[in-house]
Amino acid sequence: MAIKVSLKINGKPASAEVEERTLLVTLIREHLRLTGTHVGCDTAQCGACTVSMNGKAVKSCSILAMQAEGAEVMTIEGVAKPDGTLHPMQAAFKEHHGLQCGFCTPGMVMNAIDFAKNHPSPTEQEIREALEGNLCRCTGYHNIVKAIGAGARAMAAGK
Amino acid sequence: MGAPLIGARVERKEDYRFLTGAGQYTDDVELPRQSHAAFVRSPHAHAIIKKISLGKAKAAAGVLAIYTGEDFAAAKLGGLPCGWLITDVNGQPMKEPPHPCLAQGKVRYVGDHVAIVIAETVEQARDAAELVEVDYQVLPAVVDGAKARAKGAPQLHEIAPDNTCYVWAIGDKAVTDAAFAKAAHVTKLEFINNRLVPNAIEPRSAIGSYSRADDSYTLYVASQNPHVERLLMTAFVMGLPEHKVRVVAGDVGGGFGSKIYLYAEDVAVTWAAKQLNRPVKWTSDRSEAFLSDAHGRDHHTVAEMAMDKDGRFLGMRVRTTANIGAYLSTFASCVPTILYATLLAGQYKTPVIHCEVTAVFTNTTPVDAYRGAGRPEATYVVERLVETAAREMKLDPAEIRRRNFITEFPYQTPVALQYDIGNYNATMDAAQKLADVSGFSNRKEQSIKNGKLRGLGYAAYIEACGIAPSAIAGSLGARAGLFEAGEVRVHPTGSVTVFTGSHSHGQGHETTFAQVVADRLGMPIENVDIVHGDTSKVLFGMGTYGSRSIAVGGTAIVKALDKIVAKGKKIAAHLMEAAESDVEFDRGVYKVAGTDKQKMFGEVAFAAYVPHNYPHDKLEPGLNENAFYDPSNFTFPAGTYVCEVEVDPETGSVKVDRFTAVDDFGKIINPMIVEGQVHGGLTQGIGQALLEGCRYDDATGQLLTGSFMDYCMPRASDIPSYQVDTRETPCTHNPLGVKGCGEAGAIGAPAAFINAMTDALGVKDMPMPATPQAVWQVLKNKKAA
Amino acid sequence: MHAFKYHRPSSVNDAAALAKGEAKLLAGGQTLVQTMKLRLASPSDIVDLGSIKDLAGIKSDGKTVTIGAMTRHADVAHSADVKKAIPALAALAGMIGDRQVRAMGTIGGSLANNDPAADYPAAVLGLGATVVTNKRKLSPDEFFKGLFTTALGAGEIITAVSFPVPKRAAYTKFKNPASRFAIVGVFVADFGTGGKDSARVAVTGAGPGVFRQADMEKALAAKFAPESVAGIKQKADGLNTDLHASAEYRAHLVTVMAKRAVAAAIK
Repeated sequence: MAIKVSLKINGKPASAEVEERTLLVTLIREHLRLTGTHVGCDTAQCGACTVSMNGKAVKSCSILAMQAEGAEVMTIEGVAKPDGTLHPMQAAFKEHHGLQCGFCTPGMVMNAIDFAKNHPSPTEQEIREALEGNLCRCTGYHNIVKAIGAGARAMAAGK
Repeated sequence: MGAPLIGARVERKEDYRFLTGAGQYTDDVELPRQSHAAFVRSPHAHAIIKKISLGKAKAAAGVLAIYTGEDFAAAKLGGLPCGWLITDVNGQPMKEPPHPCLAQGKVRYVGDHVAIVIAETVEQARDAAELVEVDYQVLPAVVDGAKARAKGAPQLHEIAPDNTCYVWAIGDKAVTDAAFAKAAHVTKLEFINNRLVPNAIEPRSAIGSYSRADDSYTLYVASQNPHVERLLMTAFVMGLPEHKVRVVAGDVGGGFGSKIYLYAEDVAVTWAAKQLNRPVKWTSDRSEAFLSDAHGRDHHTVAEMAMDKDGRFLGMRVRTTANIGAYLSTFASCVPTILYATLLAGQYKTPVIHCEVTAVFTNTTPVDAYRGAGRPEATYVVERLVETAAREMKLDPAEIRRRNFITEFPYQTPVALQYDIGNYNATMDAAQKLADVSGFSNRKEQSIKNGKLRGLGYAAYIEACGIAPSAIAGSLGARAGLFEAGEVRVHPTGSVTVFTGSHSHGQGHETTFAQVVADRLGMPIENVDIVHGDTSKVLFGMGTYGSRSIAVGGTAIVKALDKIVAKGKKIAAHLMEAAESDVEFDRGVYKVAGTDKQKMFGEVAFAAYVPHNYPHDKLEPGLNENAFYDPSNFTFPAGTYVCEVEVDPETGSVKVDRFTAVDDFGKIINPMIVEGQVHGGLTQGIGQALLEGCRYDDATGQLLTGSFMDYCMPRASDIPSYQVDTRETPCTHNPLGVKGCGEAGAIGAPAAFINAMTDALGVKDMPMPATPQAVWQVLKNKKAA
Repeated sequence: MHAFKYHRPSSVNDAAALAKGEAKLLAGGQTLVQTMKLRLASPSDIVDLGSIKDLAGIKSDGKTVTIGAMTRHADVAHSADVKKAIPALAALAGMIGDRQVRAMGTIGGSLANNDPAADYPAAVLGLGATVVTNKRKLSPDEFFKGLFTTALGAGEIITAVSFPVPKRAAYTKFKNPASRFAIVGVFVADFGTGGKDSARVAVTGAGPGVFRQADMEKALAAKFAPESVAGIKQKADGLNTDLHASAEYRAHLVTVMAKRAVAAAIK
């Protein structure tokens, strides 16, 4: 049965009529057509679906759309500046080659930005532990770890 | 004209779209009136389908159609073909049982395709798929390759007695046996190269669509080689002319081999799209991917090395049983043979080698090429033997390698390959230094003080890349050419679009190839775009696998560039009123030798499209060239890896403390991208050896590791930061001097890791993956013994 | 996911009235939504507790730390109050799943599910916490009833958990390398009272449900030191065996993890 869900997405109000069994990620991808958020598993481990909900990185594949009623959700599409300038974390991923196929990347960036808010100068160990919930099959994490460190420092410096 | 782009760490052109969510992967494509498919899959490893009842499912909400094997047979859809014919030792062709897209009366592995259900929404399709009633008569199953030929083992295919696809061999057995007879020492190992699930993070996805307007099909699919997919699907399965089928593989979220193949789902959605006259979309979920993406490895091997008293290798004997799963996947047959046994010489002058491979069918997901494909298995055999031999003979593991390194090139191995160039001492030297091997004993002492065990292991790998010279491949059984195609289209204002048959799904071709082109034509990289992954745009392509893109695809582009430059020279000569032989070209500038006359490349391009002052009697207007390049040999990347592990003997936990890789990839276009490829490969290699292992239940044939909850993917906290470096011997037979770098890490890492583990634990063998429980068990057994 | 009817009650009473038959309560959803997605659970109704005020929050009075049922793992892990009173509890919360899961998952949801490899049950049993529901207060022994089973009845909803503050405590977890759940997790607590329950040792992951290790508790009550437990062997009988760990290996790990937990607690 269809039910209405309303939320803010990337700063703008949005609403959709969805089946009650709709996941937040399905709402984002299929109904709102923001396809930057990806689905890479069905057991909440790959983290490709990570978005920010009310300021915290969460896995949108493990949340019902209805649980996001009234929430402020930010997806990867809302991260860069309106003029297209990359966020410092995005820029750090580019500079440090922290992505290859790009599929896990939006989830990595969304998690990294949230992590960096409380870790302005993280250690390698802290970064690796913060990536517990994000899988990448391409990069071997080496450059992702470097990128997140640099991105966090850039965010702290207000770049 | 700026600094040279070849060799520069250029940031990737493709990153902006991926970082902003603007990538377009197959599942992101939404076509008007799109419907959705779900597959009914076998819950049994082996069963006869007695009856399929569709009544309830067809009546379910939103259902548009359900097709079973009967429908596919009636439509005369063929089975999925195998692209490589292996000839048995008895001279007979390998057994090629039918590989139907939807099961014909029998299912042979858990996940085998029984029916396709198409509905208005994904959830409706899945709801209805649950309502399809299949009456199975369950049969006994065999999942272990080593047991498939046993007497009384369940038989999968009538045409393959003893579940044997082929028994194949390479090398001279008698001469090899003779070498063993005079050996001072023989090292023997028996091990399993564990089955892996590729797990690209983007699950496979396919959308079939059909247009009645011109009776044409379009398949959007997550594929590494859209032209090959089209060729196989049209010519061998659907009986369609190629010009009526377009295959689009846009952004693809990793492949590692698993997206090379033509899969049943791709055919089913394409065919169904015409039946329904609506697009049909299917996207795998991860659980389905575990069951239906081709797996990798799964060898059971007994290997022996014969040595003289100084540790010089006299000969090698290898017997391998390769579990290829329930059916022959697209390139399954060549992986444990041509891509495996031909690499058994490794970096060494082993004079004689004999290898026999038996490929068997089992009630498991088909096995095919996965990152490295045959070469990781070969390296594991060689490097485990070499390291073990050194320890048994009380030789330094690096020293035994140095004593046996090939040092003169070209070198003809006893297993068919001819190495063009290499410098194995150079990569060994560099790796030992970078890994601080001399500091190992101090670090070990420290570990012991902390109650830990520490070990160090090497792997000196070689691989054959740049696949492949078509004639050689053909003589070995390939049913396709293995060249590559490229097209360089210079636009009137001088910017360039390049079309390549290689496919990028993470490798960064849009940047690397653009560096090559921009450098040659002396233009900013922004003026060059690379187009791939669409059969309606790219002239042809054999796709990306076997670390072939730069060596074969890149060379095709260079050959097309040669034609562009040559034609431009004619135009420039005309414009400058000089003899063509006096015109020189260097990075964007045509000059008349010995004068100050010059024309920029852009001016020449403009003249080609606005040919007012133009040599019409000698030249056509326009500046657009293509080239097909078929390599004359394989390329041979090689290197030395050093792994250092620390083991907690109380729990069996393993920490990869240091990992050093020094590779020789020949010339390098973009070191940043190459390093990234190495990091990724190493992690998959360490993943195989430390974490990942696909397991089936012996009795029921159920997949036990069917999700990330049980199949352990490498995470950031499982691995260290890597120390990587390169040494360079340029490939002798392609113009860029490149060799390829995509698979090296996955090829060399498992042996280096297990060599470190066996050193730490003080045992002869440690099975992969070295999970905490397995390590604890090995230590417990050692204590008991 | 199968279809269901969705409810968003604004009070515990309304939620309790809806939680009947095949209905399921939805807390953070980090387990339930997964299970439904894989079509392994098919509730008729989902009762979302997310809009009920006052179910989340942390109170600490020096003797007891009370955590509201809808408090997220991340909030427990980062709570200054919890870190001060029972640092082991904050650390445990910080080891659950991954940071995204911790941002959604709740203590009430975790306890109600009673996964044999979950972390919170070890803290609840190891500290002798009280599980408070809309109907009653339950001791751990009353609450945990084995594999995925609790004493919660129809219409009964966990509202909070009260943890007594020990003298010292620690939790060590040996993770399943794939799922990151506990293969063996051991929570040790020292209340320094001397007698019975002076020391508590709760083991999760190893058996069909969280359990206390009586021999270790006795030894630790006498002397709260690693060497007290290092020689105590856990019996393998009745422990779990799966792909990742045999019962024998788990039994071995119980001792190792207990020893390390005690060492961490006295640090």
